[in-house]
Amino acid sequence: MKELQEIAQFLEQGQVQRVVALTRQLVDAGASPQMILNEGLIAGMSVVGEKMRSGEMYLPEVLQSASAMHASLGILKPLLAKEGAKPLGKVLLGTVKGDMHDIGKNLVGIMLQGAGFEILDLGLNVSPEKFVEGITTHHPSIVGMSAMLTTTMLNMRTTIDTITAAGLRAEVKIIIGGAPVSQKFADEIGADGYARDAVLAVGSVKHLLSLEK
Amino acid sequence: MTTRTAPVHRTFRQLAVKSPAELQFGRAPSPVACGFGLELGAGRVYPELNFTLPTMPLDEAHWSAVVAHYEEIGEMILRASQRLQLPGLMVEFELLPPMTERPAWGAEVTALLHCYLKQAHEEFGLPCALRVTPTDIRDITRPPILRSGEAWDCLRASFEQCATAGADVLSIESVGGKEVNDEAMLYGDVEGIVFALGVLAPRDMEFLWDEIVAVCSASKVLPGADSACGFANTAMQLSWQGMLPEVLAAVVRAASAVRSLVAYERGAVGPSKDCAYEGPILKAITGTAIAMEGKSASCAHFSPVGNIAAAMCDLWSNESVQNVRLLSGSAPEAYLELLAYDCRLFNKAIESGTEGAYQKLLVESDVHLSPQALVLSPESTIRLASAIVQESTHYRKTVAAAREAVRIIHDAVARDELRINSQEREWLARIERPLEGLPVDEEKLIGVAIEKYGHLFAPESYGL
Repeated sequence: MKELQEIAQFLEQGQVQRVVALTRQLVDAGASPQMILNEGLIAGMSVVGEKMRSGEMYLPEVLQSASAMHASLGILKPLLAKEGAKPLGKVLLGTVKGDMHDIGKNLVGIMLQGAGFEILDLGLNVSPEKFVEGITTHHPSIVGMSAMLTTTMLNMRTTIDTITAAGLRAEVKIIIGGAPVSQKFADEIGADGYARDAVLAVGSVKHLLSLEK
Repeated sequence: MTTRTAPVHRTFRQLAVKSPAELQFGRAPSPVACGFGLELGAGRVYPELNFTLPTMPLDEAHWSAVVAHYEEIGEMILRASQRLQLPGLMVEFELLPPMTERPAWGAEVTALLHCYLKQAHEEFGLPCALRVTPTDIRDITRPPILRSGEAWDCLRASFEQCATAGADVLSIESVGGKEVNDEAMLYGDVEGIVFALGVLAPRDMEFLWDEIVAVCSASKVLPGADSACGFANTAMQLSWQGMLPEVLAAVVRAASAVRSLVAYERGAVGPSKDCAYEGPILKAITGTAIAMEGKSASCAHFSPVGNIAAAMCDLWSNESVQNVRLLSGSAPEAYLELLAYDCRLFNKAIESGTEGAYQKLLVESDVHLSPQALVLSPESTIRLASAIVQESTHYRKTVAAAREAVRIIHDAVARDELRINSQEREWLARIERPLEGLPVDEEKLIGVAIEKYGHLFAPESYGL
């Protein structure tokens, strides 16, 4: 549909008002909210993610596109809820205990939200017990942990052990990131995934949830 | 607790170094003497070695293993400084967060390293000093509570105890305003960046540095300086990751010098912090010795300013390296060797009167390749420093520095001395427009910024 392509294009250009206007127009015309979400917004954000990865867009432009998506979702969300539609998945994020670096984690949240995930951000200096509480309360599909220090990255292992001891490990996939960590470290501590940066985190999360190869 | 003496505040209305030609490595108009006979900015460049722990837990159960790492590093310093025939050495101990949360831990390692440096000085006459940098843990909560509470109490106690335990210089990479700057940078919001750097950060710096200077006065320790690491180095790293335009990182670097200058206004005497790439601007304004890092800090992070960062340094640092084994030996020893050879070149150039030529090579090899390198050249430094001292308030100084950085980039592009792609050109215009539209009166900006960013910061932390 031409209008869906236009939504994707305007989203890519960060044109909030045009995205909102087209969303209303399509909704009024009886278009499926799920279709608008998938073929307009998420399709547009997918291009935005790729352009950022290839260096054609910077983060402020990506965030402008994300703002357009949020504005459009403001219209679509009640309708999606009526249809019983669900987000791609819930992602629980936090910087591990003892660590106060959160800019990378925030970026991961922004990129995942743009890709259609619901984000529950526990903030920084998050204890293993708080991660467990977050899983129990919100039932996410994914837990994302971040650390920037060589002395705090080990708290990722402690957190995974605590989640396992609480009997919740099978309920979630766990992904980690941060300057000192690696795929090897993720394997060592029993995480399911690792992402080097916020853009790659989207692909990793989708892969873990079998949403893409 | 320390006994508070009346603080002496300074205002810098003119430059201590008036021309690019006078801005040199190894020489500062106001040399700083510290520790065991180490004089900085008096005609030599010295290595500043920094290190951190490898991947390991940092808690009560592993504390003896943590201390063992610092003992190993201390032993290495004794051995390697002789082997390398170092003319002098600054050692920096940057506390990790738990070492600031438990001030006695930071003090214990400080005392240990102090003993090794004392031994080096007594046994083979090494001029040396110990810089100690507690972690600014005040942003453990959001919004950060900067002037009271447990984190502030621990930070202040950490300064006091490290000063007593043997620190020669105290420094910090403070975070006041970072909570807003982070968000504003991600959105490319120039008004927000200026508000964070020019309104919030200086207010916290004034509070914090009055406290640090009071601690230093009471314990006869030098109040070193502060770094805009959390602001401008964050921009540099986001730029390196392709998330922010380089021109924005360059403008943030220039503008961040004003908040770092506040430390000197409140009594800091240098040497500046290694990760404060705004150091040359501070040197031009205050005349004090600066620490810098570049190519020999690639163990900690990458940068587009590896050579040019060295052009005006008095200390040359490796930023941070984990105490792990390499083929040659320990990583801190490997990096000390790198720094030692870098410094031999600086000092040989000074001895032979060829420092101008050597500095030119350091500058020319980077300056045409990146706007971030461009704003660090001696010529840019003098332009930025001049713009800063001509203005009267921190806010206006910050705006002036940012505007001058934009002009410096425009000029270099116009002269074909710097090539930036169309995206970067577009961003330069996107930065320039809001900068030109900023109000003269900071109160007007505060009103707008509180509406936009009020949820991120606690006004009482800034006396607002």
